[in-house]
Amino acid sequence: MVLVLALGDLHVPHRAADLPPKFKSMLVPGKIQHIICTGNLCIKEIHDYLKTICPDLHIVRGEFDEDARYPDTKTLTIGQFKLGLCHGHQVIPWGDLDSLAMLQRQLDVDILVTGHTHQFTAYKHEGGVVINPGSATGACSSINQDVNPSFVLMDIDGLRVVVYVYELIDGEVKVDKIDFKKASTSTSAP
Amino acid sequence: MIADDDEKWLAAATAAVKQNAFYMQRAIDSNNLKDALKFSAQMLGELRTSKLSPHKYYELYIRASDELRSLEMFFRDETARGCSIAELYELVQHAGNILPRLYLLCTIGSVYIKSKDVTAKDILKDLVEMCRAVQHPLRGLFLRSYLAQVTRDKLPSIGSELEGDTETHMDALEFVLQNFTEMNKLWVRMQHQGPTREKEKREKERNELRDLVMTVGKNLHILGQLEGVDLVVYRDTVLPRILEQVVNCKDELAQCYLMDCIIQVFPDDFHLQTLDVLLGACPQLQPSVDIKMVLSGLMERLSNYAASSVEALPNFLQVDAFSKLNHAIGKVVEAQVDLPASASVTLYLFLLKFTLHVHSDRLDYVDQVLGSCVSQLSATGKLCDDKASKQIVAFLSAPLEKFNDVVTILKLTNYPRVMEYLDHDTNKTMAIIIIQSILKNDTRIATADEVDALFELIKGLIKDFDGLTDNDEIDEEDFQEEQNSVARLVHFLYNDDPEEMSKIIFRIRKHILTGGPKRLPLTIPPLVFSALKLIRRMRGGDENPFGDDTSTPQKILQLLTETVEVLSDASASELALRLYLQCAQAANDCELETVAYEFFTKAYLLYEEEISDSKAQVTALRLIIGTLQRMRVFNVENRDILTHKATGYSAKLLKKPDQCRAVYECAHLYWAEEGENLKDGERVVLCLKRAQKIADAVQKMANASRGASSTGSVSLYVELLNKYLYFLEKGNPQVTGETIQSLAELIRSETKKAESGAGTFITSTLRYMEFQRQQEDGGMSEKYQKIKMEWFE
Repeated sequence: MVLVLALGDLHVPHRAADLPPKFKSMLVPGKIQHIICTGNLCIKEIHDYLKTICPDLHIVRGEFDEDARYPDTKTLTIGQFKLGLCHGHQVIPWGDLDSLAMLQRQLDVDILVTGHTHQFTAYKHEGGVVINPGSATGACSSINQDVNPSFVLMDIDGLRVVVYVYELIDGEVKVDKIDFKKASTSTSAP
Repeated sequence: MIADDDEKWLAAATAAVKQNAFYMQRAIDSNNLKDALKFSAQMLGELRTSKLSPHKYYELYIRASDELRSLEMFFRDETARGCSIAELYELVQHAGNILPRLYLLCTIGSVYIKSKDVTAKDILKDLVEMCRAVQHPLRGLFLRSYLAQVTRDKLPSIGSELEGDTETHMDALEFVLQNFTEMNKLWVRMQHQGPTREKEKREKERNELRDLVMTVGKNLHILGQLEGVDLVVYRDTVLPRILEQVVNCKDELAQCYLMDCIIQVFPDDFHLQTLDVLLGACPQLQPSVDIKMVLSGLMERLSNYAASSVEALPNFLQVDAFSKLNHAIGKVVEAQVDLPASASVTLYLFLLKFTLHVHSDRLDYVDQVLGSCVSQLSATGKLCDDKASKQIVAFLSAPLEKFNDVVTILKLTNYPRVMEYLDHDTNKTMAIIIIQSILKNDTRIATADEVDALFELIKGLIKDFDGLTDNDEIDEEDFQEEQNSVARLVHFLYNDDPEEMSKIIFRIRKHILTGGPKRLPLTIPPLVFSALKLIRRMRGGDENPFGDDTSTPQKILQLLTETVEVLSDASASELALRLYLQCAQAANDCELETVAYEFFTKAYLLYEEEISDSKAQVTALRLIIGTLQRMRVFNVENRDILTHKATGYSAKLLKKPDQCRAVYECAHLYWAEEGENLKDGERVVLCLKRAQKIADAVQKMANASRGASSTGSVSLYVELLNKYLYFLEKGNPQVTGETIQSLAELIRSETKKAESGAGTFITSTLRYMEFQRQQEDGGMSEKYQKIKMEWFE
């Protein structure tokens, strides 16, 4: 059982002061093995904070990130899964699933995690899964007006990944989950 | 030399005490009263010495008085056997020297206090008078100390079984008071005696004497425990007598210690009711007495009292404790001209804490205290010592911590005045503390006036002080953290009412713009986003015309134009471009076509004139295309102009692969999903073909340089292929199976040439195409079936 935290688009301090206290109290150090971040932190203090939750931190660059050294895309393997990470402002039209699918094919990954729309989504399609963890702070977006703070926790176990999405709605944390299964370790179609 | 002698003498005396005590004990065990008395007298004779320093004498005294305990018990047994006090007194008269005699008389007398032979009153009176015979300060002090000690548990005190009537209480009271008075006099004499002593020796002795003042204070402890000392007795008898002694002894050390004793020993509500008297004594004390310690101690006790018993609170108001204390402090500060700033601030700090505890609902009192502090500081001017600055920070933080609500603090008119006296660094520290309070407590600052007041308090962070720039003195990281705090703060300046919120936005802007080029890139973005949120809310609200001129989306967007402009001057062009694009999207959502066009123009100009770094150009262009793709507000002509420009920029990027990618992304500008007349299939294909030409050029160069990045350009073709598939799926009639086929063919042939093989992108694309062919949903599968794929392995 490997826990992977996926979050992004915090936009601190441009659009939000900090993560919601209820989220902060849930994100306890030592419980999570990897963090993948879709970008737009935007400042070093947030980077440092994420590092305290888990030292294995992967970040890609959002268009407002102050650190220019983050890469545009990143791929990594966790267990049986290949994950791809990209902020998403590079994929036009923004939020378009088919365009995102193209990126997924390009990176050749089972799970593609992107952000930018500040809207939680989890789609299953031919190549695998495309996940958007939304905005962890509920930062406003020009694409999506009604933003609830959200993040995703993936539990990777063998060929199966359970995607838990945590959303802060009206002051309460609501959880939902989605199951995905990979057919086999090869990259051929399921 | 002296120390060694001291040790020697003490050792000798102690040995003698031990020896005599041993014989005394033997006599006690064999019920030999006479011998017991003889040896105890001998033992006590050691206390007649003049050779020991006060500390050493104390040690000897402890030894001896310890041994006397068994003698005391023996006397008690004797009384049980019927021996009368007179008899014992008689026997003791035979002791040769007065000091041992008196110790024994005290011991005997104390045993008889409870007896019916003589009244307690008489015994006590006699004892306290008798001790006058020893006028030597050190010996007299310890004798009386013994007297206090040995009678202590025989007096009617709280919690003891000894009861009595009022008369008994008063007698005991009188006894203790007298003993106290005499002891105080003796101690004071010790302080001032012996000009013949060597200076060094005297210094040492003074230090030792300091500790001995506790023996005097013990009497006060005893008084505090006595039965029958109620408020009336305290006020009318006890306090005046004690204070009389304290004032008249004119000794700084005694006064300081005893005042503190009074405050600690007696109940708080006594102090409350005698506040006048207590405070009145303060100016009468020696000038060298550390009054602030005394007053601080008093205020702290009263604060705790108020905190622990709510029922007592009305009493505070009734006796007007606040103004009395305020007044007293004022007088002290006035009188002691040399008082350092940190000391007077400490006094005010304690008064403030007192006020916050006792009168937390009286903001006017709190403000008064702040005001008093300001008057005091105005005399000394701006602070430059660390200690005082620290105290002021504690002083200003106290109300913050109590109320946990900066909005309350903003109502204190004297608060910003106190801050004026802080040096630059401390001022910033305080500003950060204020901001932290807001962040931590989730405080909402909801009116434009409150915003103004707040920015007044934190102005040390907002702009450079007095025209000086911070520059090299400040650490870069620290500076960024500071400004990021200010940025975070912006999100707490908020009102649901759009009109008030508008005003707030204008005010924030006014303050932030004084910040200078270093601060603006950090503080402007949150303002912009806060304003954009407001605009979107306005748009979402009802259609009624807004009352105020400032509260329309147009006005705010106009304000934002002017604000973001400032950024491009501050060499933050990339940021400015991004913000222009964000504003354009907001204008789009408000259906303000001209405004949106304006923003795009500004963004384009920035792109052309300011953004020269290739990587930055690629990202900026991507953002422009992505934003433009979502615009719905433009008419055909405007859209055409902007699209044309964007495509032009794309073709002029430095690196060819970047050109190719940007151009094929532009294809999306001709195709929008929402079913409006924004689907121009031909233009889409034209873009893709144009992109392909660029890809061809890249391929040529790669082939010429022999496999340098051959897979790179094949990747471009594969990307293009995917784009064609995208538009095929969306139903662009211009995208045919043949188009795709020929491209696929090209990829295949180029892949064969390259040594490194096809790459995973092609594989996954082919797999996807096959997957789509197999789809049960007829439409998609049909499209894919039109592509002849057999020759692909």
